[in-house]
Amino acid sequence: MSDATTTPKSFQEIILRLQTYWAAQGCAVLQPYDMEVGAGTFHPATTLRSLGTKPWAAAYVQPSRRPTDGRYGENPNRLQHYYQYQVIIKPSPPNLQDLYLGSLAAIGIDLGLHDIRFVEDDWESPTLGAWGLGWEVWCDGMEVSQFTYFQQVGGHDCKPVSGELTYGLERLAMYVMGIDHVMEMPFNDPDSPIPLKYGDIFRQTEEEYSRHNFDGASTGMLLQHFKDAEAECERLLAFEPEDPKSGKRIIMAHPAYDQTIKASHLFNLLDARGVISVTERQAYIGRVRALAKKCADAFRLTEAGADL
Amino acid sequence: MPDLLIELFSEEIPARMQGKAREDLRKLVTDGLVEAGLTYASAGAFSTPRRLVLSVEGLTAESRPVREERKGPSVSAPAQAIEGFLRSTGLTLDQLERRADRKGETFYAVVERPGRAASEIVAEVLETTIRTFPWPKSMRWGSGSLRWVRPLQSILCILSDEGGAHVVPLSVDGIEAGNTTEGHRFMGIGRFTVTGFDDYVVKLKRAKVVLDSAEREAAIWQGAQNLAFAAGMEVVPDPGLLTEVAGLVEWPVPLMGRISDDFLGLPPEVLQTSMKEHQKFFSVKNPRTGRIEGFVTVANIEAADGGEVILKGNQKVLAARLSDAKFFWENDLRVAKAGMGEWAEGLKAVTFHAKLGSQAERVERIATLAREIAPLVGADADDAERAARLAKLDLRSAMVGEFPELQGVMGRYYALEALQANPAPDLIRGLGEASGGPGSSPGRVSAIADAARDHWRPKGESDAVPTEPVSVAVALADKIDTLTGFWAIDEKPTGSKDPFALRRAALGVIRLVLGNGVRMHLVPVASDQMDLAIFDAIQGKFAVGEQRDALKRARMALAHAHSTTNLNRNAIATLQAEIKKLEDAAAKAELEREVATRFGHRDDQTSDLLSFFHDRLKVYLRDQGIRHDIIDACLAMPGNDDLTLLVKRAEALAAVMKTEDGANLIQGYKRAANILAQAEAKDGVEYSFGADPKFAETDEERALFAALDRAEAEIAPAMQAEDFPRAMAAMATLRAPIDAFFTAVQVNSDNEIIRRNRLNLLHRIRKVCSGVADLSRIEG
Repeated sequence: MSDATTTPKSFQEIILRLQTYWAAQGCAVLQPYDMEVGAGTFHPATTLRSLGTKPWAAAYVQPSRRPTDGRYGENPNRLQHYYQYQVIIKPSPPNLQDLYLGSLAAIGIDLGLHDIRFVEDDWESPTLGAWGLGWEVWCDGMEVSQFTYFQQVGGHDCKPVSGELTYGLERLAMYVMGIDHVMEMPFNDPDSPIPLKYGDIFRQTEEEYSRHNFDGASTGMLLQHFKDAEAECERLLAFEPEDPKSGKRIIMAHPAYDQTIKASHLFNLLDARGVISVTERQAYIGRVRALAKKCADAFRLTEAGADL
Repeated sequence: MPDLLIELFSEEIPARMQGKAREDLRKLVTDGLVEAGLTYASAGAFSTPRRLVLSVEGLTAESRPVREERKGPSVSAPAQAIEGFLRSTGLTLDQLERRADRKGETFYAVVERPGRAASEIVAEVLETTIRTFPWPKSMRWGSGSLRWVRPLQSILCILSDEGGAHVVPLSVDGIEAGNTTEGHRFMGIGRFTVTGFDDYVVKLKRAKVVLDSAEREAAIWQGAQNLAFAAGMEVVPDPGLLTEVAGLVEWPVPLMGRISDDFLGLPPEVLQTSMKEHQKFFSVKNPRTGRIEGFVTVANIEAADGGEVILKGNQKVLAARLSDAKFFWENDLRVAKAGMGEWAEGLKAVTFHAKLGSQAERVERIATLAREIAPLVGADADDAERAARLAKLDLRSAMVGEFPELQGVMGRYYALEALQANPAPDLIRGLGEASGGPGSSPGRVSAIADAARDHWRPKGESDAVPTEPVSVAVALADKIDTLTGFWAIDEKPTGSKDPFALRRAALGVIRLVLGNGVRMHLVPVASDQMDLAIFDAIQGKFAVGEQRDALKRARMALAHAHSTTNLNRNAIATLQAEIKKLEDAAAKAELEREVATRFGHRDDQTSDLLSFFHDRLKVYLRDQGIRHDIIDACLAMPGNDDLTLLVKRAEALAAVMKTEDGANLIQGYKRAANILAQAEAKDGVEYSFGADPKFAETDEERALFAALDRAEAEIAPAMQAEDFPRAMAAMATLRAPIDAFFTAVQVNSDNEIIRRNRLNLLHRIRKVCSGVADLSRIEG
């Protein structure tokens, strides 16, 4: 492990330091969810696991997709595919702010040299039926994280409350390393035999996906898939809990939630394709929210989501 | 007399909530203490981002003992009644007192409550305060159920006197009150013990926390100015920002930086708004160039490097933000120079209200009305229409999308660009070549562009009213259209609910009209404008087929009529003619029904809207010191939809009512009117003409005839000239002769001819006065 007080040399070193740090704080270091999501919050390790009374502590990197943010790899700060680092701890520990500040120190931010501020920012996800209170964290005027105490998810009160930290990894890493354009950021150690920059890995995909998101994706197919995901989600939740084959009580909350995630991403793509009008927008968001709520209802009936 | 110190230490409290929270803490605690029987000399509340603090000085050490006495049932009452009394008092039978009175013996419960120690009371009051604190938004955290604005971490609560300080025993959801706190998050010195308020303030400062927000504000302002002056610049004052920033830091450290030359071409409002909204920076102006060239950011830490890294970081964020702004500005300028057609097209896709169609349709309505109002306010009709068509376009600009508060300001910049690049009138659909473009006249161009900025005004009660004629025309049209639109679809304010800010719109109209002395009859204007709104509402409902086509044709005919004449007064006729041409009988009937219902309510809605204006006007004039009954006396007169005339009349009446003659005239007038009304009721006839001086018996009677003749001769031309003070003064001259008449003359004479003549004379009083104002509505 690198000395925490030195400046990291690469994007991946920042990720590795965060992983090590949060592992040391007792978090289960999970892997990204294997589906397209708009933010780390969508990972069932956050949405579903923030429900019920079972204690929970997890940290993970989540690749996130925001189709409308595609800029063909040209914008120094904006990407349609980027990484979030997500920490979720239930119940929120009393020293969560200190733990968070420790993580900044771990990636080389000298707290005696920088101006760290917790600035009011209430978080709300209309598609997940979720909201919480907290801050955006500023480092020298730059927003580097979201810090949220979940109050409600999927329409359910969070009892106990989970503390959620979300780091925008590219932005944070660029700031720590003093990089001006994301594509210029070293991804691995610049002294490696084969040094790779962020752009070596993602410039081409940013171009391809920007074209795909804005012009390529078939809107007819997306509309149909949205309907399919919606129907499948409801169908899976309509099963009787008793599974005749295994003889167990099995509620398919996670598979149904996968369909919610799908619907949400399909909506984002349709939005990027510009085929959703202002009035329809609200209706689509409402449809995804309805699915998220049903999944949350179902998860609350399972062992992992129950009140003990 | 002990002093009380309370500190509620939490994670960061939103800056915007701190001011009210201080006040709430002070009030809730001191009210609670007083209610429990304590008194105090003074109390002060303070806040930082991490703490709410209350210091109470000179608190009484214990509450006064209280003796409570309750009368119970008679000693001879049934056992049940006595038991009930015992239960409700919590006493036993032998603790009750027996007192003899006239009816025998009665039980009394006498409870002596000894004084309670301040610490006991403080503990109760503080716990209640914490549990019921009125945060605008509060939250739970961890496994607890307590709510606070952000997690509450510790409570300091001590009472101190000459003997020393002691902790008030108190525990809220597992948080035990103590006598320690901590200082600055990064520059502090760990937890420390506090013995009283003075000790607290001193130790906090040592731990790099300035407790008093006013002191932090002063330090920020002083520091910022010093930095600016040293560079030959000056800080742009912004009291709201100053308060907010003081709520974001415990130890303010102002740092000044320069804006890169790349961004100095941006409008100053854009620089200021971007820096303020996104980064809470103060703008720094170079007095030599008049431009915003620098900024002051306020850090919360004395960094080891003197803030170099912090400033560099902030500068970098600013550069990214301003690059965005520059990108928006350059793109917007491109659209503006091309005539803003892209935005005009875009407004068609923006819904103004589901029942009133798009913003583009609304712009059409406003343009029509601005044209009609223009001559009434001294504006050129073409310019007013053109300004109205340009005024809303900035809503589609990228800059206003990013900073909604810049709407209007950007509109002016973009309108100027558009007009300078496109002097020809093709910017305005529906205007013929003959009307000529304003491109040749810079004055007209700037008046039109100013209207894009100023037609939103007045935005609030303290905002100034535009005076430039084109701006006034568009501002009035904008607000009247808003009101008539929502009246047309019956979405009026109710009680405290006014989601579309219609009260503010009506007050805006009132201030625009009065401030500019505009002479305009609201009823015909509102009625015509409501026709247009109803038209658009119907159009929105029939969006397909033959019906839509008919509506479209009718609307086009209307638009044409508007651009060639003044306002069209045949909206319904035009529409009905089109409907007649429909082939499908069912479609025809449906549309006819719709038109009949909608337009059928139009006159009711118009008069309802006029009452709404009158209600707002009453509130407005009451604030200017004009009594409501005086306004009522004027509202009862014809022409009350001309607000300028109405107010002139009310002001004159208010002035004359302040004179002795005026005030006393009311008595005489009412006496005359009463006698007359009684006689008319009794006789079943109206005494309305034929008073003849030849039947006059007394000098007083003859004098009154003469006075009425004189007053009438004076009032008629004065009213004609709308010279209300002169008319009112003439009316007031009647006071003495009326009083003299009533002193000397008995109206109900035995001689029926004389009696009738006198009643007819009284009628003349009523008639002469009621031509000026309805004096019967005046109180007193």
